[in-house]
Amino acid sequence: MLRLRPATSLCRSYYRRQVPIISSRLQRLYSATAADNGIEPIRGLETGVSASKLLLRSVTSVRNSSELKAQNVAEGETRKMNMCQAINDALRLVLATDNTSVVFGEDVAFGGVFRCSVGLADEFGGERIFNTPLTEQGIAGFAIGMAAMGHTAVAEIQFADYIYPAFDQLVNEASKFRYRSGNEFNAGGLTIRAPSSAVGHGGHYHSQSPESFFAHVPGLKVVIPRSAVQAKGLLLSAIRDPNPVVFFEPKILYRSTVEQVPVDDYMLPLSSAEILKPGKDITVVGYGSQIYALENAIQMVERDIPGVSCELIDLRTISPYDAETVEKS
Amino acid sequence: NAARGSHRPFSATCRTERKKVMFPGALNSEYTHKLNFVSSVQSIPTYQVMDTDGKVLDAANEPQMKKDEARKIYKNMLTLNAMDQILYEAQRQGRISFYMTSFGEEALLGSAAALDPKDMVFGQYREAGVLLQRGFTLTQFMNQCYSNELDLGKGRQMPIHYGSRELHFQTISSPLATQIPQAAGAAYAMRREGSKLCTICYFGEGAASEGDFHAGLNMAATLGCPVIYYCRNNGYAISTPAIEQYRGDGIASRGVGYGIDTIRVDGNDIWAIYAATKAARKIAVEQNKPVLIEAMTYRVSHHSTSDDSSAYRSKKEVEDWNKRDNPIARMRSWLENKGWWAKGEDAEITKSAKAEVLAAFAAAEKLK
Repeated sequence: MLRLRPATSLCRSYYRRQVPIISSRLQRLYSATAADNGIEPIRGLETGVSASKLLLRSVTSVRNSSELKAQNVAEGETRKMNMCQAINDALRLVLATDNTSVVFGEDVAFGGVFRCSVGLADEFGGERIFNTPLTEQGIAGFAIGMAAMGHTAVAEIQFADYIYPAFDQLVNEASKFRYRSGNEFNAGGLTIRAPSSAVGHGGHYHSQSPESFFAHVPGLKVVIPRSAVQAKGLLLSAIRDPNPVVFFEPKILYRSTVEQVPVDDYMLPLSSAEILKPGKDITVVGYGSQIYALENAIQMVERDIPGVSCELIDLRTISPYDAETVEKS
Repeated sequence: NAARGSHRPFSATCRTERKKVMFPGALNSEYTHKLNFVSSVQSIPTYQVMDTDGKVLDAANEPQMKKDEARKIYKNMLTLNAMDQILYEAQRQGRISFYMTSFGEEALLGSAAALDPKDMVFGQYREAGVLLQRGFTLTQFMNQCYSNELDLGKGRQMPIHYGSRELHFQTISSPLATQIPQAAGAAYAMRREGSKLCTICYFGEGAASEGDFHAGLNMAATLGCPVIYYCRNNGYAISTPAIEQYRGDGIASRGVGYGIDTIRVDGNDIWAIYAATKAARKIAVEQNKPVLIEAMTYRVSHHSTSDDSSAYRSKKEVEDWNKRDNPIARMRSWLENKGWWAKGEDAEITKSAKAEVLAAFAAAEKLK
């Protein structure tokens, strides 16, 4: 039943007299089920990645992308790829264009537990794509050492949940390497990749989103892509950025975000947020897999509170983040 | 049939008795039918080239070195000692904030003499001797300790956190053992470059308890990294004596556990260090694999200027060690035995070393 009444303190006071409340039981904030709240949030809305309008599923959408135009790949050849394949493609381009680059971690040689490194060992050899023993602190330290010699080290941590043994190396060493040495040395060639965030059945240890721990470390960059096209361009930028970068890949998006991905080499800028949907009333900021939940939330708001428009921003780089775009919004 | 059976590829239907364990994880094990736990094999012996009086015991590995080079090395030992004394005092006087000395461990610089100047060094914090032997000037040492504008590190770190790109010496960082897996990675990069260079990684017996030690050595061994791991076992990690740091046969026994060529040396015998490092380098560079050297020595120093070691060991113990087995005295004796050093030269050299140090010190103190 739609009834006009004073809104709760949750709504901005601007809307106090204008916002229709869907149910008088909106105030039961602690309740878990939509039915208890008297809300039917979904109500005919198609949700999730498969229904998302944000993906570049068609060649036309690639041609129309202003960012891909700026990278000179909007008109070029594309191939249908999911995020795993896009990451694989990015790694292939790095290995082909940078002689000093190597890709290593647990189980990467046969193709990786998520198949992101499939075919690379066959193409570039076992000296460049190799398995390491099971030790995240070793993987990170080894990668820092290679980077300290000016090489490009792309290290994989099998799940972000297991990155903590590497935390000392990343926080105390990688992030401070250049600054503490007065630029006599640096670890700019370091990139750490890790599948992260919830997948549904992952439990405590295959679902974590540890990006905020790293966002508090000056000297480290943290990047999280939302789709295949984004993953390829952002990963290429991350690897080539002369700073240590931690690249978290939302594993739930590995197979589900299928797009027409430009086959050429292109780089999407770091520390540059993307406005996915312009709006004038509410700024909604997110990244990674949550972009699709936010897309749905915005659809609900705009459907149920007519006249309200939301702006959806994908940070892409969590740290250092594009404060200017967010503030302007 | 039993003899033939052990050479045939493993077949599920073959019932011949086998001696060798075939599981993929068993690299070279044989079956036994005696229930027996192993906790120690014979302790790894400690290699010496000369005794405490400088008398040569292994002539085959006496260094093939010219008089000038040997004298230069000895002068560096004296200079290091002089610099340590003066900078220790400077800290006591409040002129610099912190310092760590290398008293009793001056023989370490023999390892630097055995390397190529472009071999990359990853140190822990007590390797100023290596840097000195490489050519770091007294001025450069002072500038870092004073954090002045000429410090290569731009004044950003505590004293003794030296680093030099030119001299291939990675900047020191305070966290212990982090350099160990880094050295393996750097060595792997060098191997890829085909430069025939190696890395050397120094750490103490205390740092060897860190997880990074295990991670680094295991990775170096499995991935084939030309890195020399050099453990300075000086008996103490601040106040913790070695008996509280480990129960096994020191650090050397662990190298064997990782499948790494290992040697234990007398860390007060500069020529044992020199010979072992030279041989280790050859293995690392020619065979692309790691080597572990454990150098046994005694930390005459306090841990640092923030430590008074009389709180956990007797002054007598320290004095006894200093008198009984002094690396500087041993080297001098060896030089004197060869007729390459005159009695009384010591006083002269020490005096001029002190003067040089004081001059550099005064200059560094004046700068911002």
